[in-house]
Amino acid sequence: MAFLRLYFRSPPAVIGLLLLLLVLLMALTAGWIFPRDPLSLAGRPLLWPLQNPRFWLGTDNSGRDIAAQIFHGARISLLIGVVATFIAIAIGVVIGALAGYYGRRVDNVLMRITEAFQTLPNFLLLLVLVAVFGSTLTTVTIAIGVVSWPAPARLTRAEFLSLRNREFVQAGRTLGMRDMKLIFGEILPNALPPVIVYASVVMAVAILLESALAFLRLSDPNVASWGNLIGLGRDVLRVQWYVSAIPGVAILVTVLAVSLVGQGLNDALNPRLKGR
Amino acid sequence: MRILSLAGRRLAASIPTLILILIGVFLLLQFAPGDTVDAMMAQMGGGDAATARQLRQFYGLDLSVPAQLGNYLWRLVRFDLGFSSIYGKPVATVIAERLPPTILLMTASLSFAFFFGLVFGVIAARGVNKWPDTIISTLGLIFYATPSFWFGLMAIVVFSVYLQWLPPGGFEDIGLVQTGIWRTLDIAQHLILPTLTLGLIFLAIYLRIMRASMLEVLNLDFVRTARAKGLDETRVIVRHVLRNALLPMVTLIGLQAGTMLGGSVVVESVFSLPGLGRLAYESVVQRDLNTLLGIIFVSALVVIAVNFVVDILYARLDPRISTEA
Repeated sequence: MAFLRLYFRSPPAVIGLLLLLLVLLMALTAGWIFPRDPLSLAGRPLLWPLQNPRFWLGTDNSGRDIAAQIFHGARISLLIGVVATFIAIAIGVVIGALAGYYGRRVDNVLMRITEAFQTLPNFLLLLVLVAVFGSTLTTVTIAIGVVSWPAPARLTRAEFLSLRNREFVQAGRTLGMRDMKLIFGEILPNALPPVIVYASVVMAVAILLESALAFLRLSDPNVASWGNLIGLGRDVLRVQWYVSAIPGVAILVTVLAVSLVGQGLNDALNPRLKGR
Repeated sequence: MRILSLAGRRLAASIPTLILILIGVFLLLQFAPGDTVDAMMAQMGGGDAATARQLRQFYGLDLSVPAQLGNYLWRLVRFDLGFSSIYGKPVATVIAERLPPTILLMTASLSFAFFFGLVFGVIAARGVNKWPDTIISTLGLIFYATPSFWFGLMAIVVFSVYLQWLPPGGFEDIGLVQTGIWRTLDIAQHLILPTLTLGLIFLAIYLRIMRASMLEVLNLDFVRTARAKGLDETRVIVRHVLRNALLPMVTLIGLQAGTMLGGSVVVESVFSLPGLGRLAYESVVQRDLNTLLGIIFVSALVVIAVNFVVDILYARLDPRISTEA
């Protein structure tokens, strides 16, 4: 309860939560407000917003409803954001936990691999993965998760390093608990909160990565993605700039909401560091 | 000297990392549908199986994977990155042609983000929780959430299409043959929008870190001592606080070097700059895997080089680092 009170005391955190709920609402009602396939032809191409009351955000170069694509795009962005973040955190937590708990050789090897991933620009690795495994929704989501795990891994490792010799761990060891039970049953629950907060950063970056891929036409072309629409609008940028402008605002609002919520959670968990 | 040997040791430690990256990506590319020969045959307009076999033999693609990997690494030692069948040139030549615009763009964006991040961070920290801080922090959050390619497109609409102040893309004006200072000015004019676009997200990160580290340092005892000595506020900030608050900023340069290279892929595509990032994109689309692997190698080298420079800078800023160890 104290946690919630702390969270709701900060205006940016509340604004972030409201924005996130708005995007979530868009995703949930997309199929109900726009039951037709958002990628099907709806009317004359390149209608400005409100030019025809049926299309309040206008239509794109091939006559598809932009509002429908924005609503359905919210689904895609949130889906990719959540699943890719889950993958990244899962890989990061396992690698970080093993490295931090066992130390020495295991730590050395795992950290070398982490370092290799961090030395390689992650967008380039993403390009390689998409080039090799193709660009369907599933492969793109997994690929984004696979390039985003090093930071959570380092965070988990740092937490494990500080926790692994605490009394409750030593007590568990004396009781004869197995390593796996100690790692995932005892230490991990204590190491998780900062990692969960960091997940908001991973999710913000994941949404931005997907939109960049889609903009370059390397993401799945068969789903209504905001990045796809921006890439499409680029061809008519000189006059009908709204085709690119509108989905960009949607991405901005979503990423902003995710970061504000993450920031709010962080401040509520560490009240001492508020404002830093 | 001590600084150099310390940074040198870090540099030597990055060689296994580099080899690990190369082996990993090389093996990954083995899963790619189609190889160089397929791409070449497609460009020649098809051919029979015998020609394909001959070509594979010629390029050593008929060997086992470990043998190919060994060959590749051995060639790398001699700085031979292989041959790009798409561009019809050695990969090293292709990359060398495309590297300067990217380095220029990265340096410009980094300087922009570092300088303004520093200034805004200091302003925000000086008036913490007052209106300048609120405005700067809010802008920082918005910049952080802005997709760079979208910002670039919108900047083109405003500054190139409506106001017609700046060119919408390209590295220089090809229509005019220019030399010396005019060419430099022309290139600079073409790089203004890409620099802003690439630098924006880093500006947001830098100002946030600068603000946080200023707030941290401002609370330390030696700052109180400096104030008690009777130094005016400007002297306290410039001579005492800044140097200490800069350390996390410098660390960040090293951490963000890779992200910046990745970001240049998108920005160079938006502004059609003939750089390394655009080359990476083209080689993915054209399935030029040899070039792609070469770009990975060179990018990793760039990131390692940036970190080497950061190590030296770091030791210069904080004398304790070189005396320890």
